[in-house]
Amino acid sequence: MSILGNRVQRREDPKFLTTGGVYGDDLKIEGALWATFVRSTMAHARLTSLDVTEARNRPGVVAIYTGEDVDLPPVPAGLPGVPDVMARPVLAKGVVRFVGEAVAVVLTEERYQGEDAAESVFVDYEPLPAVVDPVSALTGDVLLFPEHGSNVAVPMNEPQAEDFFDGCEVVVRHRLINQRVAPCPLEVRSGAAMWEGDRVIQYASNQAPHGAKAAIAGLYGLEADRVRVIAPDVGGGFGAKIGLYVEDLILPWLAKAAGRPVHWTETRSESMLALGHGRAQVQDVAIGGSRDGKVEAYRLEVVQDAGAYPSLGSFLPALTRLMTSGTYDIPKVEFSAASMVTNTTPTVAYRGAGRPEATAAIERAMDLFAAEIGMDPAEVRKRNVVANDKFPFTTPTGTVYDIGDYGGAIDLALQASDYQALRAEQATRRSSGDTTQIGIGVSSYVEITNGAGPPGEYAKVEILPGGKARVYTGTSPHGQGHETAWTMLASEQLGIPMEDIEFVANDTDLVPEGGGTMGSRSLQSGGLAVHEASIALVDKAAKLAAELLEANADDVVLDKVGGRFHVAGTPAVGRSWAELAEAAGDDGDALVVAHSSSPAGPTFPFGAHVAVVEVDTDTGRVKLTRLVAVDDAGTIVNPLLAEGQRHGGLAQGAAQALMEEVRYDDDGNPVTSNLADYAMISATELPSFELVAMATPTPINALGAKGIGESGTIGSTPAVQSAVVDALAHLGVRHIDMPATPERVWRAVAAAQSTAAE
Amino acid sequence: MIPAAFEYQRPSSLDEAVRLLADSGDDAKLLAGGHSLLPLMKLRLAAPSMLIDIGRLRDLSYISDAGDTVTIGALTRHHEVETSALLKAQVPLLAHATSQVGDPQVRHRGTIGGSIAHGDPASDLPAVCLALRATFTVVGPNGSRQIPADDFFRGFLETALSADEILTEISVPKVPDAGWSFQKFNRRAQDWAIVGVAAVHNGSTGVGLVNMASVPVRAAAVEDAIAAGSSAAEAATHASDGLDPPADLNASQEYRRHLAEVLVRRALQEAGAP
Amino acid sequence: MKITTTVNGEQRDSEVEPRLLLVHYLRDVLGLTGTNVGCDTSSCGACTVLLDGESVKSCTVLAAQADGSSITTIEGLAGPDRMHPVQEAFQEHHGLQCGYCTPGMVMAAVSLIEEVPDLDEAKVREGLEGNLCRCTGYHNIVKAVLAAAKTPARSAS
Repeated sequence: MSILGNRVQRREDPKFLTTGGVYGDDLKIEGALWATFVRSTMAHARLTSLDVTEARNRPGVVAIYTGEDVDLPPVPAGLPGVPDVMARPVLAKGVVRFVGEAVAVVLTEERYQGEDAAESVFVDYEPLPAVVDPVSALTGDVLLFPEHGSNVAVPMNEPQAEDFFDGCEVVVRHRLINQRVAPCPLEVRSGAAMWEGDRVIQYASNQAPHGAKAAIAGLYGLEADRVRVIAPDVGGGFGAKIGLYVEDLILPWLAKAAGRPVHWTETRSESMLALGHGRAQVQDVAIGGSRDGKVEAYRLEVVQDAGAYPSLGSFLPALTRLMTSGTYDIPKVEFSAASMVTNTTPTVAYRGAGRPEATAAIERAMDLFAAEIGMDPAEVRKRNVVANDKFPFTTPTGTVYDIGDYGGAIDLALQASDYQALRAEQATRRSSGDTTQIGIGVSSYVEITNGAGPPGEYAKVEILPGGKARVYTGTSPHGQGHETAWTMLASEQLGIPMEDIEFVANDTDLVPEGGGTMGSRSLQSGGLAVHEASIALVDKAAKLAAELLEANADDVVLDKVGGRFHVAGTPAVGRSWAELAEAAGDDGDALVVAHSSSPAGPTFPFGAHVAVVEVDTDTGRVKLTRLVAVDDAGTIVNPLLAEGQRHGGLAQGAAQALMEEVRYDDDGNPVTSNLADYAMISATELPSFELVAMATPTPINALGAKGIGESGTIGSTPAVQSAVVDALAHLGVRHIDMPATPERVWRAVAAAQSTAAE
Repeated sequence: MIPAAFEYQRPSSLDEAVRLLADSGDDAKLLAGGHSLLPLMKLRLAAPSMLIDIGRLRDLSYISDAGDTVTIGALTRHHEVETSALLKAQVPLLAHATSQVGDPQVRHRGTIGGSIAHGDPASDLPAVCLALRATFTVVGPNGSRQIPADDFFRGFLETALSADEILTEISVPKVPDAGWSFQKFNRRAQDWAIVGVAAVHNGSTGVGLVNMASVPVRAAAVEDAIAAGSSAAEAATHASDGLDPPADLNASQEYRRHLAEVLVRRALQEAGAP
Repeated sequence: MKITTTVNGEQRDSEVEPRLLLVHYLRDVLGLTGTNVGCDTSSCGACTVLLDGESVKSCTVLAAQADGSSITTIEGLAGPDRMHPVQEAFQEHHGLQCGYCTPGMVMAAVSLIEEVPDLDEAKVREGLEGNLCRCTGYHNIVKAVLAAAKTPARSAS
């Protein structure tokens, strides 16, 4: 019987539950100095002077460095089209461009001393006007990089056809704000660096150690083999820890300068300013079609807030563009975008990265269109989804969807939520004039996974003396459960019990290459590589067994129950893995397969969500009461893990719809810079989720697996937002921007009531 | 984040605490449960040179039946207040409102006295004490005195306590048969109230407001309106009369005024006002 | 100053700075790094430990305040042969992913189960209001705590 598809409990868990993981801050590094950064308190200013005299005399201070001291080059975005002048200095030099930008770093013997000393570094600023939102940045009145001549980090324009909506009976336009949010991994950033001879050893709380290694080697001009990066246990990343940050990148320099290892952990208050933010798009949607519910043309124009220094955030519109038309078969689609620099924290990838933004836009547009023609929003969706016989389906923006049953997913979600009964209940509440109204939001989504960067991934599977095995992977698990899933995949092929399979990841000295964990890629690239490597290893072992059994290799089979090779039909005579390992002896390559997978391309998980909310029309308070999710990620290796990914995603989507927003005042001062002010969602604002299974295996890879890490977020955000609007639709409310805070909802009600009274 | 350095004293009696406080000047702070003060110190918004830890003065931790009133030692922890059978029976508003303070961990450490002496307008218990017409006992070098809740809250994080005085007891009238309500409107359960309303109604009416001014306040205009025979809905329209509510991340002034009206109305109705 | 504590059953005598936070005392002085720090505003609960049997946020308690007290951290929760029922339930119901909030969440749950006899979903959610998790959406944490609450109490030495 196959182990795949079973709810196998995580083998990672006992450690986390009994001693806790070993995260960056937990590392015990002999002789390490502690690094504390001094950060800009101004959004945009000239740095006129930095006085470190008093700080230098504080107890425990070993050294203080400013931007003038550090001879590292600025760190470029590394993305196509981003101008070089927007590269980020490791420590600010001359100008600061956002609150939280590092301007100096203090090295002390102990952590507590660092905070004391950093407080007594005095920085003089000459304030410059700040530009805080990306639409204002378009005017160029305030320039972050005057030598560039504009605030455009990445232009992306497509011709706007003037007759685009000709022939549409109905055209609806709206500006939508996909607000800036903070990823909030529970573990903030932490790391350490030390030199061993001419090699740098770096620990980083990071999702892609091999990318980190390349970044360090590049910045320091080192051969790759002179850099080792280790990601210890990582307390969540959500996209924000894909790349290294300047605070990580400076650590080897500091370790060299001080001649000692350097250890660093930011505080949460620092993290809220200096870890990248997500989303941050202003979207203008226009949707046109016929009164019988057929959408004929859809246009999405995006202004992306890249923050002060372009990073992955400036690249998000490229991903948004891929998914512009969502699950719908729309004849005409246009997309344009510009990524703008502003005096705010740089934006990066955050769970979904560009695709939730695309889905939010098209789903809100569908609701606006449905409201305009007076049709049920679920019905409008069903009339426009890509038909099942059209796959592989090429969208007008050139994306090729692998396989789908978008209408089927909607039907499942409607059934599971008992949609008709919900509508009946809503009608009753409306007619009674109850101050607690209910709203129902429906979303249909498809997203691209494993869509950025090379689709393949490295794995190595080897047999150890005694017949146990070891799996190496280039993915970088930080909560996803790869150790459990990958050893399941190997066990399935090798016939070796999971508990006899060791797992190695997150160390560039132990794993030669890797793409890391991001973009819902891991199973379909890294899991696939383990699966394929295990099959190849069985083939290789069968040949060795054939020699020993003096049989034809083609006749040798692996009995997976006992982990034993024998000639088909004569199970009594065989060789176990242990015996093969012994026979292989010193031939290190005999029972090892290193393999890089090469899936045919990205995959496109899809689904449909139904959210139900109660809205108190007197106060504007929203209570999310149900969230029903159909998520089709193809073949599921371990439902326990897949459901966990969905749960987390659903919560983050609901959080964006209802609670969370990074905010700045007009001068660029952050006002949500800790977890008391930033409303990171808690257990009390969420219901238990209702998950519905659906599995349409993809033909793209041998596992039939698609990504699952981001689906929950992508589907739930617009479903929850729509539900809030839907609760108030009878009052004339058509749209409420996220997050649907009580005040915002109350204002929408008040505005609708005053319009109705006129 | 960590507090700036300070000197630490742990007196073993109230007398010793009073003496220490008197001797150590304005820069000393009393530490009870620490859940108002330590967060401020970690953010370095407060940096006292000395902490006088009175958290161990267990004889200031009690909930006693004193006839017409229940008396509560200032160092009684929130968890003990919320679970007290005596308070649940005699002053259920206080027990319930305390169960809404912070989160369980905060309630295991935080004390009623610490919460009141901090005088935070966004804090729940000052408003409850105002609604209940509580009386506070404070002790200083010259002995003790009693201060009605109404006279206690003076300005933003400023109370009638002198620098050398310690709040020792909270006395609340028993109201076993009164209607009551506590309306806490916040984003997350652990958060401070955006607006909160504590109401008690038994012949006379008491209404306290959370986060509607720079100090904890009583909704006097509402109480007067009810006394003059107004309905709950009519009285509630006076919820923010004369008040200058804060505007912040979570609410504009206008929205706070609106919330106050809605929540006062609901509180009065739940408390049984007509 | 000198403090004496009993941590996970073992008496510890230490010389500490008055401003040392209990969480740093546990982590940096005693080397018990299972307890994590997730914020600086007493919001996230990652640092939750039991102080004289009750859950507290150890980032908002001075080590000095814990002088003479008994402290249980995640490292002291399991029995000699098996994990505590709450730990077991977290594994069985996949109540953790990255593991960072987990020690605090587990300790908060242990205290909650101890204090509230008739837990239901709403009470568990309320009871965990002071503990944030970014990975699980709380769904499986709530399931795990409800399951553990039904497990007959077993002394974990």
